[in-house]
Amino acid sequence: MNTLTFIFACPLVAAAVIALIPRNYQFLVRLLALLASLLSLAAALRMFLGFDPAAQGFQWEQSVPWVDSLGIGYHVGVDGLNAGLILMGAIVSFASVCVSREVKDRQKEFYVLLLMMSGGILGAFASLDIFFFYFFHELALVPTFIMIGVWGHGPEKNYATFKITLYLSLGALITLIGLIALYVQTGARTFDMVALTRQVATNPVSLSAQNILFPLLLLGFGILVSLWPFHTWAPLGYGAAPTATAMMHAGVLKKFGLYGLIRIALPLLPAGAQSWLHVLAFLCLGNILFCGLVAIRQKDLNLLIGNSSVAHMGFAFLGIASLSLLGVTGTVVIMIAHGLLAALSFALSGYLRQHAGTLNIDQLGGLLPRLPFIGAALVMAMMAGCGLPGFANFPGEALVLFGAWNGYPVVVVLAAWGALIIGAVYMLRAIRNILHGPLPARWATLPDASGLWQKLPYALLLAALLAFGCFPRLLTDKIKVSVGPIIAAASGEPPLSQISPAQAASGKLLGAR
Amino acid sequence: MHNLTIMGLEAAVVAAGLALLLLDLWTPPEQKRNLGFVAAAAVAIVFAGSFAILLDRPEAAFGGMYMLDDLAIYFKRFFLLAAFFVLVLSVEFADRFETGVAEYYALVLFALAGMMFAASANDFALLFVSLELITVTFYVLTSYQRRRLRSVEAGVKYLILGALSSAFLVYGIALVFGASGTMNFSKLATVSTGMAGDPLLSLGLLLVFVGLAFKVAAVPFQIWAPDVYEGAPTPTTAFLAVGSKAAGIVLLLRVIHLAVPALSAQWSKLLIVVSGLSILYGSLCAIPQRNLKRLLGYSSIANAGYLLLGIAVMTPAGSAAVLYFLSGYLFTLMGAFLVLCLAIRQVDGEEISALAGLGQRSPLLAATMTFSMVSLAGVPPLAGFFGKFLLLKSAVAQAPTTPGLYCLLTIAIIGVVISLYYYFGVIRAIYWSPAPADSSPIELSMPSRLALYACMGGMLWLGLLPNSIVNLAELAVKSLKP
Repeated sequence: MNTLTFIFACPLVAAAVIALIPRNYQFLVRLLALLASLLSLAAALRMFLGFDPAAQGFQWEQSVPWVDSLGIGYHVGVDGLNAGLILMGAIVSFASVCVSREVKDRQKEFYVLLLMMSGGILGAFASLDIFFFYFFHELALVPTFIMIGVWGHGPEKNYATFKITLYLSLGALITLIGLIALYVQTGARTFDMVALTRQVATNPVSLSAQNILFPLLLLGFGILVSLWPFHTWAPLGYGAAPTATAMMHAGVLKKFGLYGLIRIALPLLPAGAQSWLHVLAFLCLGNILFCGLVAIRQKDLNLLIGNSSVAHMGFAFLGIASLSLLGVTGTVVIMIAHGLLAALSFALSGYLRQHAGTLNIDQLGGLLPRLPFIGAALVMAMMAGCGLPGFANFPGEALVLFGAWNGYPVVVVLAAWGALIIGAVYMLRAIRNILHGPLPARWATLPDASGLWQKLPYALLLAALLAFGCFPRLLTDKIKVSVGPIIAAASGEPPLSQISPAQAASGKLLGAR
Repeated sequence: MHNLTIMGLEAAVVAAGLALLLLDLWTPPEQKRNLGFVAAAAVAIVFAGSFAILLDRPEAAFGGMYMLDDLAIYFKRFFLLAAFFVLVLSVEFADRFETGVAEYYALVLFALAGMMFAASANDFALLFVSLELITVTFYVLTSYQRRRLRSVEAGVKYLILGALSSAFLVYGIALVFGASGTMNFSKLATVSTGMAGDPLLSLGLLLVFVGLAFKVAAVPFQIWAPDVYEGAPTPTTAFLAVGSKAAGIVLLLRVIHLAVPALSAQWSKLLIVVSGLSILYGSLCAIPQRNLKRLLGYSSIANAGYLLLGIAVMTPAGSAAVLYFLSGYLFTLMGAFLVLCLAIRQVDGEEISALAGLGQRSPLLAATMTFSMVSLAGVPPLAGFFGKFLLLKSAVAQAPTTPGLYCLLTIAIIGVVISLYYYFGVIRAIYWSPAPADSSPIELSMPSRLALYACMGGMLWLGLLPNSIVNLAELAVKSLKP
């Protein structure tokens, strides 16, 4: 079987098998889920390491016609853009299965839905056909609602379920309409992204259509990525979601919208992008500044992480808005880094909630001596969130800020301020209140993560964050080869893919606009 | 070909119905229930026989009144399949009838014959006769549990409103005939080209539309649907929801595209309004429902809206989407009604809450109901998703020339989002509500087990491998060119 197909088919097949197992075999259910996500992770790692950055076009491609008369085909493949994303998705889904030990109620259904989520979103990242791109995302999205509604917690669970369902299904349907309209407007009678890109290069979509389609896609994808002011579902939904769901959605599913913007909207609607991206550049300030300030006010750790995750999306949007090689490459690095970081943060807060029973920052305190492992991991996660060098978020944010400087200097100044000051304020405040100071008597018996299996998910996510943080070229060498042609198509300039990173970094090419 | 050979499928179904009535005379009372399997087998044979028809070109019979083309064959197979599931369902339901089990099966077959004639109608006379054959049989089928007040109430409601809509239909046909001088669709197509502004013809067609909109339960002729769905015996409800609705749709397609193609712009405006209202009304009213059959009644109004959306597009792609959507709808609704009939035995107790604990009592029933609801909500990878995708795609493609479709698309999106709420409410009741007092496992007979598997298989097949049915639907709508 094709490696890519294996990566996402493995969790989906496991979900189907688990659905057929009687509910008493809980050990078997968990074992199967772990095994499937581990196999999928191994295959993703093999794909990532075997990826050849020098090769042109897509690798591990597979293409099977599906509905001939509409031009829909099953087509998967990786290039630098999605190779890292697929690896990140596989790491997060394995980690989320690991931490799901906390679920005691109706385990079978939980694992079926969780595996559907991870198989679906990995399939969406691997798809090179717009129909399947949407199809797989929808397959992953609907279980999210069910999981929050059933296994969620907190007083606002039902409200959060309603809100996230309404927002995200609306966002997904707007995206669907936008994608169909795009298909109709190109006149190519195919949903294949590669064929569409080729078609648009010679026969671009009419200007008036681009100016309607791009904002439509921006709105649809934007809702899915929690673009300010459509972000209010995110902190609330993640606050109420079970740990694994929050990890998968904040970490992986949310990146679908950004990926769609880079993969579909930029190259296929270049004129629309050029006239609308400056709007995005200012909206993303709403994410970075407004949501950052909101995060400062939070008393609940989950809401704080949720708001900070919305704030981080602002940097990703800024990179896209810059429409430069550096900026968009930075966006992809942020997508991967934030996926790992969000998963790690929600996994840690899930651990605290499970054992302490509360996430109220004022009630916690002095936990670092009690929880050396979890505490240290939390410090590292918070530091990564502030953009400390050494973690993968730093190269991503730095690239974005450099890339956006030429187009939007004011935005960059404000965003850097938001990242450094606001981010540091809420992250450090959380660390101080939760981990330092006197230990209240009621937390004196809190257990730390013990044993390899309990530590594994946190260690794995941290290791990936550090690895990509110390060696960002693992990602950027792959990403820039694929981003180059997309930027070239979107900005109407000659391809930049041949330029060396040194030249790019020296700033000659920053101003793609 | 000879007239009788051309309508051989209908003749076979009518003959099977008559034979069943005769067979009833020699069947001992305790065996009568199993006559349903005989009827189902007959329907299955006719279904298989339909694949023996090889059409090079459309065949007309009875002076062009009856048309056997690809569209007719597509719908005839659709109706046969629906009737097959309804008969299996009736056998399960038969112990709830006091008497006349065999007559029930025979009436299902006669209604089926009416639907199959409707699929071939190429003349207002045949349109009316076939619709009456369907409606009159349904008057009886609806009130079949004659000592159950709700069933009788449903029958009376359906009778009064059905008769009213038939009256409108006849009046409309008379006006069309008065304006154009013909009842044949092919002749009307040529006569009506110069009559686009004729008020008499437009009024007549409007009244014909009233009659057909009653059949598909579109707003504002929907008021009967929830009450009749709730009161009628479950197999009748299933046949009403799938067969009767599809008969209305095929007649609407034929009238619009074959009889009066010149008036398509006017039709489009009318259909956009009716479709939007149906989607909104059905979706909003389904939210507070506690009774599963009423919920399905309102959902059927919303789905009528989606079907009319495909017709309002007025392109072959839209019509093909309608055909595809209906096929998915068949498996989805039959699955839901099978579960309803098998899981809830008590009379007048078809509350959604009665499904609590179904996940433990019968995993197969719970899985089928989940499949049905997920498919109705339009979530991949099941049939409903691809059907809705095709409908939306055809509407988006046509929207630049018909701006009203933009409004309709917005309404359709709102409707889909609302529908997630009430369909998932049913799934929630199955798996996550407190366990009921009665948690004994539900015994399922082999035929109903197979029917459940067939419904789930159908939903998966149409969702995952839609190619063959899409091609069939596209072939079928080629017949809609005058």
